[in-house]
Amino acid sequence: MKLLPSPRRVLSTYVILYVAILYFPVLLLPVFSFNDSATPMLPLAGFTLKWYQGLSGNAAMLGAAWNSLIVGVSAAFLSTVLGICAARAITRHRFRGLGAASSLIMAPLILPEIIIAISLLVVLLGLGLELSLVTVILGHLLICVPYSVTVLVSGFEGFDPSMEEASRDLGETAFGTLRRVTLPMLAPSIVSSLLVTFTISLDEFILAFFLSGTEPTLPVYIWGQLRFAAKLPNVLALGSILIAASLVLLTAAELFRRRAERKMELRP
Amino acid sequence: MQPSAPTLPVERSGRRTGGPRFLQTETGKGWLTISPPLLYAVLLLIGPIIVIITHSFWTQDYLTIDRTFTLDNYKAALTEPIYRDLLLRSLFVSVTVAFVTVILAYPVAWFVSFHGGRYKGLWLFIITVPFWSGYLLRILSWKVILGYKGVLNSGLLYLGVIAEPLNWLIYNVNAVIITLAHSWAAFAILPLFVSLEKLDRSLLEAAADLGDGPVRRFLRVTLPLTMPGIIAALLIVMIPTVGDYVTPRLVGGKDGVMIANAIQVQFGKASNWPLGAALAVSTMIIVSLVAGAIVLMLLGLKRLFK
Amino acid sequence: MTASPMIEIRNVDKSFGNFKALDTLNATIGEGEFFSLLGPSGCGKTTLLRMIGGFDTPSSGEILIGGRSMDGIPPNLRPTNMVFQSYAIFPHLNVSENIAYGLKRLKLGREEEEKRVREALVQVELSGLGPRMGNQLSGGQRQRVALARALVMRPKVLLLDEPLSALDKNLRAQMQVELRHLQRQIGITFILVTHDQYEALSMSDRIAVMFSGQIAQIADPKEIYQNPATRQVADFLGGMNFLTSSQLAIDGRHFNAVLPGIGEISGHLAGKEISDPSSAIIGIRPERLRIVWEGETAEHLVTARVVDRNYFGEVTSLVVGVEGQAGHLSIVETNDFGADDIPVGSDITITYDGDAFIIMQG
Repeated sequence: MKLLPSPRRVLSTYVILYVAILYFPVLLLPVFSFNDSATPMLPLAGFTLKWYQGLSGNAAMLGAAWNSLIVGVSAAFLSTVLGICAARAITRHRFRGLGAASSLIMAPLILPEIIIAISLLVVLLGLGLELSLVTVILGHLLICVPYSVTVLVSGFEGFDPSMEEASRDLGETAFGTLRRVTLPMLAPSIVSSLLVTFTISLDEFILAFFLSGTEPTLPVYIWGQLRFAAKLPNVLALGSILIAASLVLLTAAELFRRRAERKMELRP
Repeated sequence: MQPSAPTLPVERSGRRTGGPRFLQTETGKGWLTISPPLLYAVLLLIGPIIVIITHSFWTQDYLTIDRTFTLDNYKAALTEPIYRDLLLRSLFVSVTVAFVTVILAYPVAWFVSFHGGRYKGLWLFIITVPFWSGYLLRILSWKVILGYKGVLNSGLLYLGVIAEPLNWLIYNVNAVIITLAHSWAAFAILPLFVSLEKLDRSLLEAAADLGDGPVRRFLRVTLPLTMPGIIAALLIVMIPTVGDYVTPRLVGGKDGVMIANAIQVQFGKASNWPLGAALAVSTMIIVSLVAGAIVLMLLGLKRLFK
Repeated sequence: MTASPMIEIRNVDKSFGNFKALDTLNATIGEGEFFSLLGPSGCGKTTLLRMIGGFDTPSSGEILIGGRSMDGIPPNLRPTNMVFQSYAIFPHLNVSENIAYGLKRLKLGREEEEKRVREALVQVELSGLGPRMGNQLSGGQRQRVALARALVMRPKVLLLDEPLSALDKNLRAQMQVELRHLQRQIGITFILVTHDQYEALSMSDRIAVMFSGQIAQIADPKEIYQNPATRQVADFLGGMNFLTSSQLAIDGRHFNAVLPGIGEISGHLAGKEISDPSSAIIGIRPERLRIVWEGETAEHLVTARVVDRNYFGEVTSLVVGVEGQAGHLSIVETNDFGADDIPVGSDITITYDGDAFIIMQG
């Protein structure tokens, strides 16, 4: 009989506890969004769908959801296009300045968002532009591109550069090679990049808060609702929907990423 | 294409690739490929940051900007007690959060890398999902947990552990640190995991073979070789958190206000852009210096275990 | 040299920063020739092959194919096709689609295209595998698909970048024979990059041996093996005994010298000319040294002591020391007479083929 648990067991227990704490706050919101009480308190009062029902027909919220959709789709699409360029340069070309250039593109990943937000705000207002969904998209692109690059770099790394050379060698033009080899090979990574960046945009608050003007995205709308204590349960319901949507999108992205990996695997 | 270039002399006909000579070199092709995202970053990141730095040397009187060079904003940012305190508190919070996050995350990254087996990818996915979803909502959730009438207080009351709600759970620096550490936990795992994956397992076997036990193996091999990952994880948490806006607003209360809140006020209600710009620039410079100092300190520490 | 030139390489240079990857290369490759670029890794052979294919551009100099300069012409417009080292089989396409990849652009019409794919499949003995996906093939099968995919384009020159290095030993030997056979059958120029000297020797009409960006020698396999131009070439292609000498006298393409412990010998120049006689070195291949068995009469008798013995099945390699010679000599002897039983440490009598000594630049 052992007096002390094995180190491996201690570690496993710790990891499980860690993951549980990681998920606890995320799962708490859905729990209270079904709770029949105006304030989120223990013990739970009883099951209800009324907070979700309260959301339907809320024009302001639907408007914000629509705005988020527009911003998310645009940011996802554009950042994936820019990400393909960057990822291609990073994986397929060696040249002086590549390190500096890619660090600059990746920089928004590590900068405080408030710095990016106020800098953009000052410049956009200084240029005389109205704050709108376009300005939010411009901001979201900055923070989405690094994630696109990360996803797509592994996509490019996953396939042998001689595939593209073989295509050129067999008479195909540069554009034809992109269409017939590069894009089909990258397809799962591209889908993964679209989904991930859409989720990030859907989720993003600070840049949208500073740059959205009179057209709020969902997080900005939620922020506005937080002033009203009575609306908290509705916010929890809306938040739960958002979390569920993010989960679905991210899981889909992960599945596509794995498919990309499998596709490149050779089965001798 | 030069006008004197002869027409295509090969059988499979087509065009010669045109364009200036530079664009046909490896460097030229590389720059051309990376130029769209790079131009975007230059125009919408570097440009605006330069504009902000410029603004920080100007002054604003209501709606008009006076463009004479002055250091007054920096003087205010660094000497006025309110800003100085906010800066120090923000630094304290970000450094604490970074270390707490990395120390708590390291064993998890270790577990996934060494014992994850074929489920490594799945583990990473499970751990990082909370980070990717609902930044604002996660913080809101902590407000719900820690609030005076929140889940923790009401739960403890219900269980009879406490007689009346604890009032020190929320609206202070601790609440900010807890919330931020939770928010960024998953992000710290990635660089740690990557550096642990790069660690050649036979090095650990060699260290064991040469007589080191588990602790010495960790200190003499694993820790120094994963130091780049540790440093990356610290920075990737520390720098963004120093400018966090939402967490102090939702769970920080009066005692938990951070510099980002002051910056926002200058760009909002107070409408003093130059001062806000100076606060932002000072924050970035100071956090970079602190980050540099921490990196040097850790590299020195690495040399200690030889 | 065979027929008219198909490829001319004229003063080709390639630098990466300060590093000279290729240094003033000149070569002419004939029509229908099986030409190999042989050398250790990093010698520039792959870079040269990629330049012929259009994947790298020379820093200076030019490459002509069929008498036409390839300067500025991209790979898709060159009359060359390549078998890549990794084979680069498109995993999202099946075998037939892989082979038809380049044909699609030629707009041959469906029937002609299908006919050519079928023929190509037969040619590389893959009939029936057409619908198999690219990522479900074995190494040998992928090699054949890569070959078919390139040949179906009917190139004037087929470029092969270490096409056999990923295959196991038996399959490699089989493919060497098949590739040589295929080349004779279609009659187009093959350029093979390899670091395996036996592969180059057995398959090629001519070989260019390269070291650090320069071509050390271009000749047919027998010439390269028997008369290596430099010590490096000699070393790279099988074993060579290098000998200590005195009283060296070079006269045109012949030389005389005294080898301590061996005697007075004569031989011939292997390469073009010796630019620096003080660094010239005399050599003899191990199989040109023989053991003199008891009761046998022979000329040129030399006494040697066995230092080491390595058994290789059909042959044994003996390492012997000869008094007066600085280095040990190696002898390769068939095991018919019991070379595998000679004890280490014993003294034996050896002899040499009188015409086998060569002198080369050190």
